[in-house]
Amino acid sequence: MNQKEDVSADLAQSIWQFFASLRLTLIVLLSLAVTSVIGTLIPQNESPAAYFRTYGEFLYRLFDVLDLFDMYHSWWFQVLLLLLTVNVLVCSVDRLSVIWRVIFVKQPNFSVDRFRQRKNRREMFVEKAPERIRKSIVRAAGSGFARTKVEENDQGFVMFAERWRWSRLGVYIVHLSVILLLVGGLIGSIFGFEGYVNIPEGETVDEIRLRNSAGTVALPFSIRCDDFSISFYASGQPKEYRSRLTLLQDGKEVLEQDILVNHPLRYGGINIFQSSYGEMGRPAPQIRKEPIRTAVLTFTSRQSGMVYEQRLDVGEGVDIPEGGGTFLLEAYEPSAVFRGQPIGEALKGRLTPPDGEPAEVLLPLRFANFDKMRKGSFIIAVADVEPKAEAAAPPEKRFYTGLQITNDPGVWVVYTGFVLIILGCFVTFFMAHQQVCVEVTAVEGGSQVAVAGTANRNRLSMDTRIERLAEHLEKSLGGDKP
Amino acid sequence: MTSSALLSVVTFVYGLAAFLYLTSWIFQKETPGSLATWVAATAMAGNGAGILLRWVESYRQGIGHAPLANLYESLTFFAFMISAIYLVIERRYRSRVIGAFVLPLAFLAMAYASLSPNISDRIQPLIPALKSNWLIAHVLTCFVGYGAFAVAFGVSLMYLLRKGRAVGSLTAWDFVKPVAVFASVTLLGRILQLHSWGGAALIGLGVCFVGYASAYLYRRLDPALKQRLLDRLPDAKMLDQLSYQLIMFGFLFLSAGIITGAVWANSAWGRYWGWDPKETWSLITWFVYAALLHARMMRGWHGRRIAYLSIIGFMAVLFTYFGVNLLPGLHSYGAMGQ
Ligand code: HEM
Repeated sequence: MNQKEDVSADLAQSIWQFFASLRLTLIVLLSLAVTSVIGTLIPQNESPAAYFRTYGEFLYRLFDVLDLFDMYHSWWFQVLLLLLTVNVLVCSVDRLSVIWRVIFVKQPNFSVDRFRQRKNRREMFVEKAPERIRKSIVRAAGSGFARTKVEENDQGFVMFAERWRWSRLGVYIVHLSVILLLVGGLIGSIFGFEGYVNIPEGETVDEIRLRNSAGTVALPFSIRCDDFSISFYASGQPKEYRSRLTLLQDGKEVLEQDILVNHPLRYGGINIFQSSYGEMGRPAPQIRKEPIRTAVLTFTSRQSGMVYEQRLDVGEGVDIPEGGGTFLLEAYEPSAVFRGQPIGEALKGRLTPPDGEPAEVLLPLRFANFDKMRKGSFIIAVADVEPKAEAAAPPEKRFYTGLQITNDPGVWVVYTGFVLIILGCFVTFFMAHQQVCVEVTAVEGGSQVAVAGTANRNRLSMDTRIERLAEHLEKSLGGDKP
Repeated sequence: MTSSALLSVVTFVYGLAAFLYLTSWIFQKETPGSLATWVAATAMAGNGAGILLRWVESYRQGIGHAPLANLYESLTFFAFMISAIYLVIERRYRSRVIGAFVLPLAFLAMAYASLSPNISDRIQPLIPALKSNWLIAHVLTCFVGYGAFAVAFGVSLMYLLRKGRAVGSLTAWDFVKPVAVFASVTLLGRILQLHSWGGAALIGLGVCFVGYASAYLYRRLDPALKQRLLDRLPDAKMLDQLSYQLIMFGFLFLSAGIITGAVWANSAWGRYWGWDPKETWSLITWFVYAALLHARMMRGWHGRRIAYLSIIGFMAVLFTYFGVNLLPGLHSYGAMGQ
C-alpha cells in the first residue's frame, strides 16, 4: 500500500518536473517558431479546389491529412500551445513558491557574510572613528534605496540598503500575461464570432455570414446602410471609405454613425468595421431559374487518354467505355458541400466500377478539374448543362458596403495581457533586486570601510554603482583629518 | 534640398563611417577611429534631419503624415535607429571596433532604400487602412526593436569571430552543415517561387561556395595578423553580455511592436490576430528571442549557442521585414475583406 503511494507520488513528481523544465520551454518555443513557418508558405483557408490546382493530388492529400490548410487551428498546433501554457504555469508555480518567501519577508535578514565574498567589494581606510562617518555613509549609500538598516556591533557598524525586491515578480507577471493571452484567445474563439455582410445602400440587414464556417448569426439589432461614399487622392489612390450606418432595435433607430477604416462602430459588445465595398450588380450575377435537367459529361480515360462525351438526363445511367463500369447521374445540388467546404452548384453521380463498391462522385460546376482528385481510372467532367444560367436583369448602379462584424468577449483579457507583458518585461529587464552593504570597523587611527553589493540580475551595473560609491566615499571622507 | 536628396547624401556618409571604422580596426589606427565617430554622428544627425524634413514636406504637399508609412521611410528610420543605438553603446563601452560590424548594416539599409529601383522615395498619401495613430506607435516600436536586434547581430558575429573555433578533426557535423545550408537555401528559393528548381539549386550552390570560400580565405590569413585583428575585439564575455542587454531591450520593443500592431488591426479590421504571414513572422521572431532569453538560463547555453540564436533571430527579423512580401499569398496588403 505504502509502496504504491510512493510510486504514484514519484510519478506525479516526475510529471511535475517534466512540465517545470526549461528544456521543454526551449523545445516548445522553437517548435512553435519552426512549425509556424509552414502556414506562411501555404496560404491558409483557401478552397479545396484552389489547393488541388496548386499542389496536385499527392501533396493535397498529404497536407490535408496534416491539417496544413488551417494549421493554426489544427489539433497538433493547439497541443503545442497547450504545452506552452502548462509549461509556463507549472514552471511559474514551481519557482514562485520558492521565491515568494524571499519577496514578501517582513524583516529581511541581511548577512554580512554574503557581501564579504563579493568580487565587487572595495575597501578603504578612513582616518575617522566609525561613529563620526556614520551619517555621511548612510546618506551616500542609502540614496535612492527604499529600505536601509544599520546594525551596531562592538567594532563599528554595518549598513545595509536595498531596493526593488519586488522586481523579482516581473518574470511571473510576463508569464501570467502569456497565459492571459492564450485564455483570452480561447474565450474569443468559443464565445465570440467573426462575420461579414454586404449591405446595399438603403437596405437593412439583421443577419450576417460567419467567416470560417458556412453558418450565419442573427444580430440583436439591424443595420441600415444609409449611404456609402469613397474619395480619392489626386494620384488616384483611395483616400477614404465612409459608410453612414443606422442601427435599429425593434424598428426604432438607436444610433446613427459614420464608420471609416480604423474608426469602427461599437454597440452592445458588437463591433462593426468598414472592410470592403463594391458596386451592385456588376458583373451581372448568373441566375439559374430552374434546376439542371440535362448535362453533357466527358469521361477521360487515364489509361488510353481517350475522351468520351455523353449526354445524360438527371436520373439516367450510362455504361462507361473501356469497361469502366456504370455511371448514374443522380441529382443536381444548388449548394453542395465537400469536406465541410461549400463548393457551389454541383452535379452528384454514382460510379459503379466493374469490380467494386459504388462510390459517390461530385462534379462542381465551378471547378472543371475537380474529379482528378478522386484518382479514378476515368476523370469525369461537366462540359455543358441545360437549362443554362441566365444573366440577371441589368443592374441599377448602387454601392454596397462590406462590413466586418465581430464580437469578442475575450478581447479585454487579451488587452490586459498586453499591458502586463510590457510592464513585466520592463520590470524584469531594467530593474533588479539590489542590495548594498557598507561595513565599518574601528581600527587603529580610524576605520576600515568595505563596500559591496549584490543584484539578482545585471550585475555589471551593480559593480559600477559600487565603484562609484567607493570613489565618492574615499573623496568625501578621506578629505578632512580627525 | 529635398529630403530624398539629403538622405542620399547621408547614405554616402554612412558608407564613409563604415569604411573608417573598418580601417581603424584592420590597420589599428586611432585617427580614423575618432574621425569615424564624428562621421557616424554626422550621418545620424543628417538621417534624423532628413526624416524630419520629409515630415514637413508631406505637410507642404497637403498629405501630412509621419514618415513611417512605406518601405523607403521605414528603411531610413531603421538606419537611424541602428546608428543611434550603436553610438550610445560606443559611448558607454568605449569601444569603436563594434562600429566596424554595425555601421555597415546602417549603410546597407540606407543604400537599399536610396538605390534600389524597386523602392520609390516619393511621399505617398496614406491609404485608409494606414490612417491611424497606431501606425506611428507600431512602426516606431518595431523599428527600435529591429535596430537593437541588428546591433546585437553585429555583436554576436564578433563574438563568434572572437571565440573562433579550434580547427580540429572533421566530424559528421562538418559534412551535414554544407548540405543543410544548400538544401535550405534551395528549398527557400523554390518555395518563394523566385526560380525554377535549377535556378534555386544554382543559388544554393552559390551561397555555399561564397560562404565556404570566405571561411577558407579567413583561415588562410596570416595567423599573426589574424591574432592582432582578434585582439582588438572586445573580450568575449563583454560581447556576450552586451548582446544579451541589446536583446532584452529589443525584446521589450518587439513585444510592444507586436502589441501595438494587434491593437491597430483590431481597430481597423476587428481582429487583433489573424495569422497573416507578416503577423506570423513577427511572432516567429518573438518565439526565437524568447527561446534565447530562456536558453541563457540553462546550464551550458552561454556563449556560442546564444550567438547562433541571436543570428537566427535577426534572420527572422529580416524575413519578417522583407521576405514576407515574396510569399505566395492570396492576400495583398490593405486589401482585406472578401
Ligand atoms: C512565450 C512564452 C514566454 C515568454 C514571453 C517568457 C518570457 C520570459 C522572460 C522575458 C523572462 C526573463 C528572461 C531573462 O531574465 O532574461 C523569463 C524568464 C523565465 N521564464 Fe519565461 N517566458 C515564456 C515561457 C516560459 C515557459 C513556458 C517557462 C516554463 C518553464 C518559462 C520559464 C521561465 C523561467 C524559469 C524564467 C527565469 C525566472 C527567474 O529568473 O527566476 N518561461 N521568461
